[in-house]
Amino acid sequence: MSCADPSRRQILAGGGLLVTFTFAARALGQLAGGGEGGGGSKVKRPDLLGSLKSTPRLDAWIHIAPDGRVTVFSGKVELGQGIRTALLQVAAEELDLPPARITFFTADTDRTPDEGLTAGSHSMQDGGSALANAGANVRMLLIRAAAAQWRLPREKLATDGHGNVVGPGGLNAGYGSLAATLSLRVEARPDALRRDPASYRTLGRNLPRVDIPDKLTGGQSYVQDMRTPGMLHARVIRGPSYGTRLVRPKLAEAGRMPGVVAIVQDGNFAAVVAEREWQAIQAMRVAQASDYVRTIPGLPVEDGPHRLQKLEKREIQVLDTHDPAPGAIHRSQGSYSRPWYSHASIGPSCAVALFRDGTLTIWSHSQGVFDMHRATAELVRLPPEKVRVIHTPGSGCYGQNGADDVTAEAGLLAMALPGRPVRLQWMREQEFGWEPCGCAMVTKVDAAVGADRKISYWNYEVWSNSHNMRPVEAGGYAVAQELLPGFAKQTPKPISMPEGDGDRNANPLYVFRNMNVRYHFIPEMPMRVSALRSLGAHLNIFTLESTLDDLARGIGEDPLAFRLAHMEDVRAREVMIRAAHEFGWANRPRGDGRRGCGMAFGRYKNIGAYCAIAMEIEVERETGVITVHRVHAAVDAGQPATPDGIRNQVEGGIIQSLSWAMFESVTYDDSKRTSFDWGSYPISRFSDIPGEIAVHIMQRSGTPFLGAGETSQGPASAALANAIADATGVRLRDMPLTPDKLKAAIGLAG
Amino acid sequence: MTITINVNGSGHQVEASPETPLLYVLREDLRLNGPKYGCGLGQCGACTVQIDGKAAFSCVTPIAAIAGRSVVTVEGLAPKGEMNMLQQAFLTEQAAQCGYCIAGMIMRAQALLDEIPQPDEKTIRRHMQPNLCRCGTHMRILRAIRRAAAPNASHLA
Amino acid sequence: MIRSPAIRRPIPPLLIGFIVAAFAALAVTWRPAIERIAPPAPDSFTPQIISRGAVLAKLGDCAVCHTAKSGRPLAGGRALPTPFGTLYSDNITPDPETGIGTWSREAFRRAMRDGVSRNGSHLYPALPYEHFTHVTDGDLDALYAFLMSRRPVALEAPPNSLYFPLGFRPLLAGWKMLFLQKGPVPIVIGKSAEWTRGAYLTEGLGHCGGCHTPRNIAGGEQTSRAFAGGVAEGWRAPALDGSNPAARHWTVDALQTYLTTGISPDHSAAGGPMGPVVDSLSSAPPRDVRAIATYIAAMMGNGVSRPALKLADNPDGATKAFPQGATLFAGACAGCHSTGAPMLGQGRPGLALVSNLRDDIPTSAIQAVLAGIDPPVARRGPMMPAFATSFTDQQIADVLNYSRARFTGRPAWTGLAKKVSQGRKEISQP
Ligand code: FES
Ligand code: FES
Repeated sequence: MSCADPSRRQILAGGGLLVTFTFAARALGQLAGGGEGGGGSKVKRPDLLGSLKSTPRLDAWIHIAPDGRVTVFSGKVELGQGIRTALLQVAAEELDLPPARITFFTADTDRTPDEGLTAGSHSMQDGGSALANAGANVRMLLIRAAAAQWRLPREKLATDGHGNVVGPGGLNAGYGSLAATLSLRVEARPDALRRDPASYRTLGRNLPRVDIPDKLTGGQSYVQDMRTPGMLHARVIRGPSYGTRLVRPKLAEAGRMPGVVAIVQDGNFAAVVAEREWQAIQAMRVAQASDYVRTIPGLPVEDGPHRLQKLEKREIQVLDTHDPAPGAIHRSQGSYSRPWYSHASIGPSCAVALFRDGTLTIWSHSQGVFDMHRATAELVRLPPEKVRVIHTPGSGCYGQNGADDVTAEAGLLAMALPGRPVRLQWMREQEFGWEPCGCAMVTKVDAAVGADRKISYWNYEVWSNSHNMRPVEAGGYAVAQELLPGFAKQTPKPISMPEGDGDRNANPLYVFRNMNVRYHFIPEMPMRVSALRSLGAHLNIFTLESTLDDLARGIGEDPLAFRLAHMEDVRAREVMIRAAHEFGWANRPRGDGRRGCGMAFGRYKNIGAYCAIAMEIEVERETGVITVHRVHAAVDAGQPATPDGIRNQVEGGIIQSLSWAMFESVTYDDSKRTSFDWGSYPISRFSDIPGEIAVHIMQRSGTPFLGAGETSQGPASAALANAIADATGVRLRDMPLTPDKLKAAIGLAG
Repeated sequence: MTITINVNGSGHQVEASPETPLLYVLREDLRLNGPKYGCGLGQCGACTVQIDGKAAFSCVTPIAAIAGRSVVTVEGLAPKGEMNMLQQAFLTEQAAQCGYCIAGMIMRAQALLDEIPQPDEKTIRRHMQPNLCRCGTHMRILRAIRRAAAPNASHLA
Repeated sequence: MIRSPAIRRPIPPLLIGFIVAAFAALAVTWRPAIERIAPPAPDSFTPQIISRGAVLAKLGDCAVCHTAKSGRPLAGGRALPTPFGTLYSDNITPDPETGIGTWSREAFRRAMRDGVSRNGSHLYPALPYEHFTHVTDGDLDALYAFLMSRRPVALEAPPNSLYFPLGFRPLLAGWKMLFLQKGPVPIVIGKSAEWTRGAYLTEGLGHCGGCHTPRNIAGGEQTSRAFAGGVAEGWRAPALDGSNPAARHWTVDALQTYLTTGISPDHSAAGGPMGPVVDSLSSAPPRDVRAIATYIAAMMGNGVSRPALKLADNPDGATKAFPQGATLFAGACAGCHSTGAPMLGQGRPGLALVSNLRDDIPTSAIQAVLAGIDPPVARRGPMMPAFATSFTDQQIADVLNYSRARFTGRPAWTGLAKKVSQGRKEISQP
């Protein structure tokens, strides 16, 4: 395979400590990682940190060859968020090695620890903490080995940053020779000493991302770029969107097209496999020229997201406090919503699969290769150990896009064509039509400020489907219901707090009196959905921060001061103050009908990174068109691995969140989705991008990592709505906040 | 059918039917990774290459249309293992997240810089309009283009 | 920015005659300046009248011409290429220095009706006063209230660049004597209220004839051939009379959909300068848009029975006639416009329905391929890429003639490559 990596055998042949892998039991157990549902592996050592809890043995993470070569394994995957570089920095720091000396392998079900999903901003918390502590353990063992050799107390020894343990009088031993004398087939200890932040050599520095040079020069970076000898190209033959079936696909006709090697058909699943990609596409078009029928109930054309409120629900009480409630002097009531969003990855999902010698190998850009290897095994009816899934990066996904489905489908095709690698890529319109969307949601809030100018009660409700439909069994794939016999659909489940899904961040970090927060969990789905970056936090923070703004405005209080008056968490206060300061909040231009400023805050899941955003916008009252002039964000992500990496993520998150808030919604008629291209699902283009975005990272040296990849999604949309309210006096509650909605609210006279 | 195309400065004989969009020939026959399939509809710019110096969507340009014309992909901007000024600027600015859009961004931006070496901000944004980035790397892409346009400027916003 | 390359061109004899006449007319058409006033306070107008003016401004597409690309609405500065050179629209915000802040109601009315600026100089008919002259006093006053209550923007429009001697404004007096016919839109007895309202809007504020009526050499609308099709910014504005080339009747419903969304499943998508018009109408009162649709549908002979055309699709014949075009089409166009394409299952018209291909004049078909089509309303809608850099002139000609042969069966356009090359000059994407 051209994605160069030595096979497991080669590593073993290198001779060294890596002998076996310790895989945790695969039953659905207590979640150890991922935080977005997913199968996860069982916790064995709750006293350890991060993913060490489920994979405590050091040899699963780190291997040191006698010649000093160091190999590090992680179950987390690069999604374009730069995690590969950040994790490498963590390992390098705690092993006290230059990052360039480490060979780094990420999620491969045959080779790396099962760290569950790479999702929910967990990678640093789970994977980073695991590598940091595994590294600290290994370094401790190496120093101990040297101490024993030299008969010196451990305190006299140190590592030199270049892979040696050094001692008094020029004593020096390379890691390789020391490693040869000890075994890493031991479990980590919770008390291994981490390196002192004051002497960090790698962590906290802006190490340039290791994956970027190839991406700038046409290197082989993606699963889409894989080319293997004898590889075939496949396309699936489908109706326009999930929940449809072609009545009479012209399979025979497609089969006669040039270059077509096979038409694979099983039940209602059909695909064309050809020698060349263009041939596969052309044959697919021929086959798809057919009418379609809907196979499941129609889409909610009339009600939009509010359909959710009419469906059967399961009640989840998130918070219920009964504090004394002084009378209300100002009240804010309203219902907020967001539509279904598309992940809208620039590159449609793709996978390469090969079935040979009884083993199915799949190269996939899924966020959950470990779940996938179990669920796909069930789908293709192989034992799990006969299915290997190797993560290979793809286009950014932001949640469960088509990656998992396309992987399963590539697996099916490879099973039908043993011995030949099959590359399957979805078409643009298939990605829009078939991927699980980000959930539509509705919230309702009724809150008031009492005579003491503090919030006196807070009644909050949120309606949402499960954001957690990631396949953990065969029935989780769309194709599973097309096959004959098929698999029953996976049952939707909520994710429990503190992570939450639809109720993620529905529990305010602020201190309010008299709170009643309820989550109406809706198992039935008007539209196929699953995880999209930040899950419910997006609308919950949007609602919370809009309401706070409304209340502050209502009593003539400054929005920043009003927030601070309700916030006890010191770090939260500090990010708000920092963002406001950098933005120039005190001297901001005051809302004048057109210009305006808004701010918002959120701590992702109340356990991840803190983020405060201030924004200045301008509204054209004649048209309702919004221009975002400048955005300042302050982020506290604990100890940053690469501050610039966090900055990159937050800048991107702000732009994406503004795109959701201003432009996006999946459109549909009752039989199909009608968003199928970039004209029917517009996202931000260069003309819509803010004039300036500045991201300020808080210095939190030595504190635990806090996931930052999703922390700006809620605050950015909310700051926009608050800036609109400041500029125009109009409160918009239903995303997307389009010019025509704004114009309608402003009124014709403008 | 054998067709000769000129890519990155040299002629290549490819065996493909003449309507095949350039994108697939570049990726499959010439084994180039730069141009990407994003939409196949000319709407996203992931497949952007230069044809006779101008940015063009390779996904909707059949190879029959490029006889006698020269095609440049991101692989052709600098000798192997090196980067041209614009690529270098993207590296300095760390202007990529997933990076799937980036080769196309570079090719479109390069076409602008070839024509207008020091474009103003408005011109850059307008010129880049056809290319989409879902990760939101726009600020860095803009910075990289500005940097390449004015490599010696002391203050790069 | 589009600038006309050569300022000096031979002047046709008819034009010279016209110029002489214009000088003669000058003496009798001199107009005085109207006193400056202090800019009226925005709140001196009632919200009702401002709202009414806002609607009228949409129906009149004021912002379309009076807004520069990515500029502030109504602050002018948009380049308007014409056969006589390039004009730049004026700033019509109430800025006292660069806009119309010191214009009185009378000055505004005079400009709209007579094409005379407040200072007495004649305005170019790019401001379609030969249409606005039909607008009632009440509507003009509402528009005035709307404009005067906008935010003043200080912005000077760039100087016009017109072929000699057209920069000499008094000549326009002569032009007006020939082409400016004042007075209200005549009431036609027996027509519905909707039609009557449509006539008023279409002929007056909507100034549809400004683009859709052919112009004579002096740039005046040929009233005898009203709505027989004209040009706009390098695109063809199709005929809106009985000679409209659509394959399917434009019904009132279809027109209304098209005018407010930019696409009609039975016809085609709005391209070029029609895009901003649609954007403006998309938020206009549906009743008014329907009135316009009613009037235009009637003009096109809607109701008169026409045999329903069988939609053509003759790939074999077309391939025989234009083999190169067939190849190019298969690789570049078929993904959207041929069998099994996702667009066709999503209510986008097939090429057999598209008027631009059926039209005897290829201008808009050429522009659509060269420049593409942007979704007209809020970035959502039909979208077609620009092929200017993918294809040579000859290749575009081939692909167009193939498409025309395959989907309309009409005779091939001649001299097409040359026309493409002309069309290319209008666009400027590096
Ligand atoms: S892939 Fe060519 S423009 Fe999207
Ligand atoms: S960097 Fe991911 S799409 Fe641009």
